[in-house]
Amino acid sequence: MADAAIATDQAEALLEVNNIEVIYNHVILVLKGVSLTVPRGGIVALLGANGAGKTTTLKAISNLLNAERGEVTKGNIRFEGERVESLSPNELVRRGCIQVMEGRHCFGHLTVEENLLTGAFTRRDGGAAVKADLELVYSYFPRLKERRNSQAGYTSGGEQQMTAIGRALMSNPKMILLDEPSMGLAPQLVEEIFEIVKQLNEDQGVSILLAEQNTNIALRYAQHGYILESGRVVLDGEGKALRQNEDVKEFYLGVGGEGRRSFRNVKHYKRRKRWLS
Amino acid sequence: MNPEFLYFIETVLNGLMAGVMYSLVALGFALIFKASGIFNFAQGVMALFAALTLVGLQTGQVPFAHLINAIFGTQIHHFGWELPAIIAIVGTLGVMVAFAYLFEGLVLKHLVNQEPIILFMATIGLAYFLEGFGDLMWGANIKAMDVGIPSGGSFWWEDVTRTWAPEDSGYFGMYIDKLDVVAAIVALVLVSALVAFSQYTKFGRALRAVADDHQAALSVGISLRTIWVVVWSIAGFVALVAGIMWGAKSGVQFSLSLIALKALPVLILGGFTSIPGAIVGGLIIGVGEKLAELYIGPLVGGAIENWFAYVVALVFLLFRPQGLFGERIIERV
Repeated sequence: MADAAIATDQAEALLEVNNIEVIYNHVILVLKGVSLTVPRGGIVALLGANGAGKTTTLKAISNLLNAERGEVTKGNIRFEGERVESLSPNELVRRGCIQVMEGRHCFGHLTVEENLLTGAFTRRDGGAAVKADLELVYSYFPRLKERRNSQAGYTSGGEQQMTAIGRALMSNPKMILLDEPSMGLAPQLVEEIFEIVKQLNEDQGVSILLAEQNTNIALRYAQHGYILESGRVVLDGEGKALRQNEDVKEFYLGVGGEGRRSFRNVKHYKRRKRWLS
Repeated sequence: MNPEFLYFIETVLNGLMAGVMYSLVALGFALIFKASGIFNFAQGVMALFAALTLVGLQTGQVPFAHLINAIFGTQIHHFGWELPAIIAIVGTLGVMVAFAYLFEGLVLKHLVNQEPIILFMATIGLAYFLEGFGDLMWGANIKAMDVGIPSGGSFWWEDVTRTWAPEDSGYFGMYIDKLDVVAAIVALVLVSALVAFSQYTKFGRALRAVADDHQAALSVGISLRTIWVVVWSIAGFVALVAGIMWGAKSGVQFSLSLIALKALPVLILGGFTSIPGAIVGGLIIGVGEKLAELYIGPLVGGAIENWFAYVVALVFLLFRPQGLFGERIIERV
């Protein structure tokens, strides 16, 4: 059944990751064959615990791995049908795939507006278009407009997350790789940010690949979800179906069904996706 | 006015001028350090190399003349032309940009993600390489630099200030070197241009972004390699300006590269990451040196000027390690 789903997605897939393996420092195997597909205009969630390989997957796609001495040793990544594993990050941004890094990573000494403008670095379509997009970002994040002249380092966590997302938007992307947007934010704020992301997805047609630990909220917004465990995809399915899944409930949502269950039953997921290799 | 007081003013003025010269060197350091966290040991040698190239181009020397003559047994030394100063300066700038490009491609590119200390070592290597390369290219003899900057004491200023003191006090007026005044103006223009560049242009913004967080800069599509070429080109340009000023003041020779050592206390005082800091630090060191020499010097037998700056720097390291204008680290979660 999963087979069929992937096959139908392939026609309109914006991003395809095929069975990639990632090794850090030539020895540390972090991803052991991860495959996923993001359809054009979709929101896809990548879930899993700490160290499962979510961030590594995103960095493998955006090619930020090289800067951390990691490399994709097997498999391939296609963006709009073209192989992109060997492109530089800036070339990938130019093609429309940009990452919002975990922990926001705003430029602390630059003002909020300057932060946003750095996102337009790769653009070649003139100042007017950039200016229009700046206004667009401000319309999604009115709070940033109020704080446009403050140094980003002195703004709140929520504002920094908005700045980081806005900065990515300024590159006029087709796809945003969003790494842990909920990190360190109040639940209310997380909700607000996800709401805006959803709006962006609907109005601008930006596809989103979302890495999250907060499974609950991620699955409410994502159409499709992949669950990662120690470098492998162990389960995937539609957002709604995953939320109903007993094991996901038990281990990721923390709302287990009937009494306590044994971990033994979970093991079969580890075996399931082998056919992909 | 009391001649004593006039003498004090003269010392301060001269100190400021000397300070500007230090600042010119410190600027190059600050630029590279800010953008890439590399302490560029080779900045002084770059100034020397730029000055050598400028003189060489201007006087129509054949580069690598000795090498060519030794290999082919020829006897060429000069092309036989003299270039106008401005063309030679533009040519030298081209050489410095080419140098930045090569250094990035041959060295820096392979050292991405390495520890800062390793990059620092690379710049030490660069310093010694460039020193030898400059000699090989243009010869090791001492050269005079003449790009048309006026030099020597200003008689006009001497006449003006003489009238400030009482007639019979035997005061002869203040001495100010015209070259120093030109250097001060050049430094002012240079700093304004650099600040404008980093505040209001796309590349300037990208440069500051890289300085803040180079991972994030990568993630938004700023190419570190491009930025590095830009930064080293600018540092080469600043080295050229410093080389011109110092070369015109004291001749183009090996000791020119040692001015880098004078830039160290300036940087510690002003902060390694600040362009205005490099200027203000230079001025403070310059004035402090001269005043110390004048007032404390006689008490300890003179020659304070040589070490005063380093003591000031040491005191600063103890009490304000980030310098006067160093960027405060913004800590916020």
